[in-house]
Amino acid sequence: MGKYVIRRLLTAVPTILVISFIIFAILELSPSDPTGNLPLTIPPEVRAKIREALGADDPFAVKYVKWLNQFFIAEPLNLFEKSFGVTLPGSEDRTRVISWATRGPVIDIIAERLPQTLWVVGSSYILGVMIAIPVGVFSAYRQYSIFDQVGTFLMMVGFSVPTFFTGLMFIIIFSVNLKWFPSVYDTTLVVTDIETLQLQLRQMFMPVTVLTLYTTAQMSRYTRASTLENLQQDYIRTARSKGLNERVVVSRHAVRNSLIPVVTLIALGIPGIFAGALITEQIFRVNGIGQYLIIAIQGGDLPTVQTVTFIFAVLVVLFNIVADVLYGILDPRVTYT
Amino acid sequence: MKTKLTLLLIVVMALSSFGGMSIAQSEDTVNILFWQAASQMNPYLGTGTKEFEAAASVLEPLARYNPAGEMVPWLVDEIPTVENGGVSEDLTTITWTLSEGILWSDGSALTAHDVVFSGEFCLHPETGCTVLSQFDGVESIEALDDMTVKITFSGPKPFPYGPFVGFLTPIIQKAQFEDCIGAASLECSEENFGPIGTGPYVVEDFRVNDVVTYTANPNFREEGKPYFSRQVFKGGGDAESAARAVLETGEADYAWNLQISPAVLNAMEAAGNGTVIAGYANNVERLMVNQTNPDPMLDADTRSVWMEDNGNPHPFLHVPAIWQAMSMAIDRNTIATQLYGAGGVATCNVISGPPSVASPNNDACLVQDIDGANALLDEAGIMDSDGDGIREYMGMPLMVSYQTSTNAVRQNTQALIKQWWSEIGIETELRNISASVFFGGDVASPDTYAKFYTDIEMYTNGSNGTDMEPYLGNWRTTEIPGPWNKWGGSNVPRWYSEEFDALLDEMAATASAEGRIALTIQMNDMLVQNGVMIPLVFRASVSAHANSISGVDMNAWDSELWNIADWTRM
Repeated sequence: MGKYVIRRLLTAVPTILVISFIIFAILELSPSDPTGNLPLTIPPEVRAKIREALGADDPFAVKYVKWLNQFFIAEPLNLFEKSFGVTLPGSEDRTRVISWATRGPVIDIIAERLPQTLWVVGSSYILGVMIAIPVGVFSAYRQYSIFDQVGTFLMMVGFSVPTFFTGLMFIIIFSVNLKWFPSVYDTTLVVTDIETLQLQLRQMFMPVTVLTLYTTAQMSRYTRASTLENLQQDYIRTARSKGLNERVVVSRHAVRNSLIPVVTLIALGIPGIFAGALITEQIFRVNGIGQYLIIAIQGGDLPTVQTVTFIFAVLVVLFNIVADVLYGILDPRVTYT
Repeated sequence: MKTKLTLLLIVVMALSSFGGMSIAQSEDTVNILFWQAASQMNPYLGTGTKEFEAAASVLEPLARYNPAGEMVPWLVDEIPTVENGGVSEDLTTITWTLSEGILWSDGSALTAHDVVFSGEFCLHPETGCTVLSQFDGVESIEALDDMTVKITFSGPKPFPYGPFVGFLTPIIQKAQFEDCIGAASLECSEENFGPIGTGPYVVEDFRVNDVVTYTANPNFREEGKPYFSRQVFKGGGDAESAARAVLETGEADYAWNLQISPAVLNAMEAAGNGTVIAGYANNVERLMVNQTNPDPMLDADTRSVWMEDNGNPHPFLHVPAIWQAMSMAIDRNTIATQLYGAGGVATCNVISGPPSVASPNNDACLVQDIDGANALLDEAGIMDSDGDGIREYMGMPLMVSYQTSTNAVRQNTQALIKQWWSEIGIETELRNISASVFFGGDVASPDTYAKFYTDIEMYTNGSNGTDMEPYLGNWRTTEIPGPWNKWGGSNVPRWYSEEFDALLDEMAATASAEGRIALTIQMNDMLVQNGVMIPLVFRASVSAHANSISGVDMNAWDSELWNIADWTRM
């Protein structure tokens, strides 16, 4: 197993490099222009000067090598210096990945935004999984019961109604009419005591519920399908014929095995948390990673788009490995050599 | 399942039991919503209104514009003019004298060296200054002493108020930005995210593309101001939800740029929490009338290309009866009230504001007159001879193509105008093009506004400042776009008039305010009365403020937050 993990990690390195090149090439070939969003009144000569100042007109190879150097050498060294409070030689000359739109280091902005994304998207993911698994299992166990029918209906609704609709509906009901929850998320709120915790929970309620509905819908469908399949297996009949009680049959035998594909699915979904929830973040003004990426794409901010999508790609590759490893742990039939 | 539901209900109730309390505004904080978030706070590097507005309550210019478009002294005691000797007789220099005793928020004194430095910052070729055009013609900026700044222009400058007037070019602190000039401006995120200013507020925390929090400036020159000890400037979301937060839920005190359907906005305002306000600068939505021939059968060197002495004229749009009839058939008031609401009023002038320069000579177009338009065409002998409902001019049916950018209001306007034109026997083919392509500078694209491959096109434009000379200069003959300048000119209708060019030259040499206004009106009338453009709607900036806030004075010529020090809560 250890060898397998090391081998996978090593092969991931060239994969990640290729991905970084592809992302860079796509962005480079796209017609976006960092000065494209500037007002019409700014003359072309000024635009040219701005592009020059940003280094936007450098040749492709120069830009790519510069980014590689900044991302893989300068940023980790900076992180090292910051966390250990030491200064390495050459600290002065190191350039960081700088956003064209904000003229600030991209990594710092990501770090600033990660908390709200994790709070909102992360907690909705955990909550969604926690609700989805029991609901899915029970629906499968009592297939075609009232619970299953209602559950299936609700999950189809949750799956098919887009978050921009549910989000808006929630705002109209809970903010405009009932005035229970705020529709504007306050990212500056720091939880220090009971009162601020309450504020935090209140402002998280609507975005988290909207996202949870979606996650639950998706996950519970998978759980239900997988459990159904397992309940019809021979080993379940064997367990029952051995005289085990129904509770043990379902929870020990059926559910454990049904969760194998679900767990990998959950692992594969984790990078998505870091990417944020584009639409929900926008509706509730959570202003996390998702909203940052959208603004950067619209503004033709190449270093930001490159860095954010690349970090996302790295997470996808890593969690793929995690999912594969988990599979081996959970399913004894799978062995890695 | 039942227990889970009960649990959920309990949580919801527990959370909401504190409702109302914290949704209500905190007394001493003013909450401002900008649905486009500020990406940094240095106006010289700003890419849009959001950055200029975020900086406006911290950084201040020497003089501001008030809502009427008049200059008011801000960090100076008086506006330099030729009369008071502040502007030299030959119009090549302007000398500003700072007011006594103005302090930066860090307690140091504002000096002329800061002003000089602000200019150097923008003029440095490697800074990538986005408001460089405000410094057009500046030869040098020098400090005569600690309080006096002299700006020298390379030639006579009848309107020398480009640099340091208005929120685009405020004064930044030399001590703070000294090491951030030129290429180094990229590295100075700390400075760009928290500039030190002379204004009523100080940046406390800046989060990129998200939120800026400010506290009151303890060293602000006006005693007892600002009223609010904190300001929160929140970004993100969209215009509609921003309007809702002010007008319906009462979570915010001020929301900016609410270009949403009048029906929706009016319904929100009816909730009674807030007020919608509009400010007029001089943005006018207009039809551009192609003076050249955009026939698709022509080759790339001829289609919509202007030739010496109008050698490639439009087949029929130069005929006065035709474009006059087209203008008369339009019901501008319907467009303005139904589609723009608080965001616009009908207009017949290319230059509709400020009021002092709006021409009084063209108001007849405000009333729709389809019968008159038909009569005019009949009189000119432009009749429908083959009975297909479309008139012909010299055997050519009056069919026009009409393009604009993709946007609900614009497509509705197109549909209305197509209907009205069909009532006077003109058939219209509508096109809409994504804004990023239409306004984009792609030389290879046939769909840009500058290439103008249709007969009519529609968009909004307006002057940057209250002086109309640079704006009117857009329609100089040399500004005609074509293959020779990679379609880069601003004279999009391809208007050619030696008389107009001569008036522009005359304006460049006229210093008196009255003379400049007279020339502005004369040139506006030439553009309208020659069918170069058909103005439709004088567009406003629309914002909303909570009814509990007083002192808001909507300003479209400067920052909307220009007088935030005077805002109070009732």
